Amino acid sequence: MKQITVPALALIAKILSGATVRWVDCQPDVCQRVYFANHTSHLDALVLWSSLPREIRNLTRPVAAKDYWTSGPVRRYMAGVFNALLIDRKDISIRNNPVDAMIREIADKYSLIVFPEGSRNPSGELGEFKSGLYYLGKKRPDLELVPVYIENLNRVMPKGEVLPVPLLSCITIGPPMWLETGENKVQFLERARQAILKLKQT
Amino acid sequence: MKFQDTNVGTIVDSKVADLGPSITLLGLYLFVLAVMWLLGFIAQRRQMTTIDPALVRAFHRRIGGNLTMCLILALSLLVKQVFLVVFFFLVSFWALREFITMTPTRRADHRTLFWILFLFTPMQYVLVWLDKYELYTVVIPVYASLFVAARVAFTDDPKRFLERIAKIQFGLFVCVYALSHAPALLYLDLVEWTGTTQMPRNDLSQFTPWRGSTVGLLIYLVVLVQVSDLLHFLWDRMVGKQVIAPKINATKTWEGLIGGACCAAIFSMMIHLFLDITPFTWLGAGIMGLIVAIMASSGSMTMSAIKRDRGVQDFGTLVQGHAGVLDRIDSFCFAAPIFFHVTRFFLHSP
Repeated sequence: MKQITVPALALIAKILSGATVRWVDCQPDVCQRVYFANHTSHLDALVLWSSLPREIRNLTRPVAAKDYWTSGPVRRYMAGVFNALLIDRKDISIRNNPVDAMIREIADKYSLIVFPEGSRNPSGELGEFKSGLYYLGKKRPDLELVPVYIENLNRVMPKGEVLPVPLLSCITIGPPMWLETGENKVQFLERARQAILKLKQT
Repeated sequence: MKFQDTNVGTIVDSKVADLGPSITLLGLYLFVLAVMWLLGFIAQRRQMTTIDPALVRAFHRRIGGNLTMCLILALSLLVKQVFLVVFFFLVSFWALREFITMTPTRRADHRTLFWILFLFTPMQYVLVWLDKYELYTVVIPVYASLFVAARVAFTDDPKRFLERIAKIQFGLFVCVYALSHAPALLYLDLVEWTGTTQMPRNDLSQFTPWRGSTVGLLIYLVVLVQVSDLLHFLWDRMVGKQVIAPKINATKTWEGLIGGACCAAIFSMMIHLFLDITPFTWLGAGIMGLIVAIMASSGSMTMSAIKRDRGVQDFGTLVQGHAGVLDRIDSFCFAAPIFFHVTRFFLHSP
């Protein structure tokens, strides 16, 4: 079943979003990566995920909010199809920590898709980043942190809409980055944010 | 697809009508395009110093676009006539998609955009396919235009209201309404003038039902638009001096417009002479050539104006990697409805 639904969904996502994928100073690779992107639409994870080559796609898991993606059978099914990594955003403690959960889940095999802004930004502007990305980079310095800029998807399906308007969108995948030595959280998050903004101009 | 033979009183299916001339024209044109495409390809590889490489590249890209369009046209023609309608629907849909992507819309326009893409665009082509002339000529200019304005008003976002609805209406009008007149040609019942003297138009005895195929008429229009575009392009680059509107389009010149239109008229008359593909007289064919060429140039000028206003070079490059359907059909969108209505006005079977 999954063999059919996954490519079918990927195809639908591609047609709906008319997405062009550009790799700028970055090549598709099966090495472990964290793709971090701006979050403007529900389709973000789906389109970004389906725009990756198949071998990479099978090894890449979108990180999503557990409360949202487990409410209702359709969402739960979708989360299963994409092998999504569901994260508790309500009940965070030292023991139940999303970053540790991510690191545990990806082991030495999977890559991740994360949206460091946390939730969709209705204005389409790039908001402040949550600190998860910094901790991921700190605890797993071997992971390549890859910035992704998603353009126009907020017009395809804005927050609060169910019906898509299939405009043409564009996904730009930029050069990998790592946490520099001596860089603190604020500096790093700002640099990561700028990396996405820089892709907007290219 | 059927026309009434007034003399005998039988109904003749257009399938019976001779497709020969249409296939000859399309075949010949495809052959010429393919040869030019290959020549352009070789010229690019060889890096000839006598010709400006940018010119060769632009020319080659145009030919490639025309070739693709005609190949798809030929393929759909071979399969079934209704596929021509489907093909134009897909082109419209994609062009409208490009148009709206380029135009800034607001969050509140979302649902209006959904309806124009998924309701009005398919509906227009279904109406064309059902041959509902009195509907497909009014649904978009009347119903859809008013709907767009009202639907946007209902969203409670007054910012740049008039600008927003104008953009949506114009996109729908050009990409869907205007273009849909090309496949609508297929369903026309036409007569041709067979009188011996120049009699007034209302003298019906001077007209007999046209036996040719309307598919041929559509192919004639496609070929004419593309050839007049190329002629305009060549005249611009070869002899053009007086630029019409440098701020809008730096390459289109008066010499190109006039020279191109005259050559297109001659070309049209030549098609008429060698292939009996249109219901026009030789003079009519010449005038149609002129009209189509002028409308085609107006179309590309208008689209250039929109592109300059939005600050994009090509619709294709606004999102990288896309082929830019709107760039290819801009002239066609303006020529098709005028060609349709002029033909229908003078030669519609009473």
